[in-house]
Amino acid sequence: MITDTTPILRVDNITKCFGNACILKGASLTLRKGEIKVLIGPSGGGKSTLLQCINCLVFPDSGTIELDGEPIALSSKPDLYRLRQQVGMIFQDFNLFDHLSALNNITIALRKVKRKSKQEAEERARFELEQVGLGDKATLYPAQLSGGQKQRVAIARALAMDPKVLLLDEPTSALDPELIGEVISVIKNLATKGMTMIMATHQISLISTLADEILFMENGVIVEQGSPAELLAAGNLSKSQGFCDRLNDLSDGGC
Amino acid sequence: MLTSLTVIADSLPYLLMGTINTAGIVIVAMFIGLVLGIAIAVGLVYGNRLIRFLFGFYVWFFRGVPVLVLLFLFYFGIFTYLGFTFNAFFSVTVVLGMTTGAYQANIFKGAILSLPHGQFKAASALGMSDLQAIRFVILPQILRHSIPAWSNEYSIILKDSALAFVIGAPEIMARTQFVASRTYQHLPLYIAAGVLYFLLTWLGVSTLRKLEQRVQIPGYSHRGTQ
Repeated sequence: MITDTTPILRVDNITKCFGNACILKGASLTLRKGEIKVLIGPSGGGKSTLLQCINCLVFPDSGTIELDGEPIALSSKPDLYRLRQQVGMIFQDFNLFDHLSALNNITIALRKVKRKSKQEAEERARFELEQVGLGDKATLYPAQLSGGQKQRVAIARALAMDPKVLLLDEPTSALDPELIGEVISVIKNLATKGMTMIMATHQISLISTLADEILFMENGVIVEQGSPAELLAAGNLSKSQGFCDRLNDLSDGGC
Repeated sequence: MLTSLTVIADSLPYLLMGTINTAGIVIVAMFIGLVLGIAIAVGLVYGNRLIRFLFGFYVWFFRGVPVLVLLFLFYFGIFTYLGFTFNAFFSVTVVLGMTTGAYQANIFKGAILSLPHGQFKAASALGMSDLQAIRFVILPQILRHSIPAWSNEYSIILKDSALAFVIGAPEIMARTQFVASRTYQHLPLYIAAGVLYFLLTWLGVSTLRKLEQRVQIPGYSHRGTQ
């Protein structure tokens, strides 16, 4: 799905320590438009922290972030707000706004951040809800939706902001096995439309079918990097292969 | 018995005017406390070190000093030295408002801290500024959750407002005492005052209970099996 060769996102040498615990020890990546990178690796390896450093939900201690050729000044709040508008994020536990209906979960940022009119925002929100197959759930509140539906609303909410890049932090990890399918199909649909994504996941079917490149993270650094074909080739001794083998043992999917 | 009833009947309009004054004091004080409480709670949770220290000191001071002392300080003290004088009504409203502000701040702070941090993160991730996240995501949720504790605060402030009689604000207690000292019908009059306070408490608390149900988030019920 690579359509362009200029990087849309460049993250260079990010470090992050919490007290004495250094979670990221110099992680770098570049992302071209339409490219999908999948972060895998053991828990505590820094995947989630790296994703949250990219849109500065967690402030990196050092390193640079460049979006669409523009370096982001980490010390400037307006710069940060602008960065975050253009980088969508999907969380493991959805984080829908509990006091707002599915529709208003989407319209709130359109109205308050993008300053769209109520009508314009609602039209866009309905369109995005249709896209994720929830056109009939617009008036329901998060507590009235299933986990899979919540995550699809969260995806619709992120997409309504027209993000240049979408960060997905284990989007299916909090879901029941029978609900994972609906979210996976939405994500696959995004991939076919050319959405640029970085995704941390343990979901084997997403790793092997979607990834243009696999990044294997361990102890705060990206230790392996390559296409699924290279890294997961039979007989390969890569860490990624070993990791996927172990995931395979736990499920029926093929890596 | 008959005289008691006549005294109450005769003085009822006078006491009811006092009741309206009490209600006015409490409503305005609760509103002052609401604005202060929200601002202080937000500062205590999200503010920098200096703001946390200053607001923390405010809460500590107003929780630590009795309302009666504050009332005397405000009415007879501080400002009279500066050449200002305030009437009793104004003084008691401001003192109660600032006191309940400190207590309300802790109600709201607790509610903010009990909200999952993901709510703020999600708002930030959509490009909202910190203030927007607080205004549109955090406050609408925590204010709903705070209504039961807030109605406690209302009933406490309502009864604290009785202290206003010491500086002569014309509320229920001052007026009851005034009539009682002239008619010597202490018992029936203080019973009447008690009933008036009870009615105001009941009215306010049940209004807040209705509000709580009205703004309940659909699907968010905490009832057990239904």
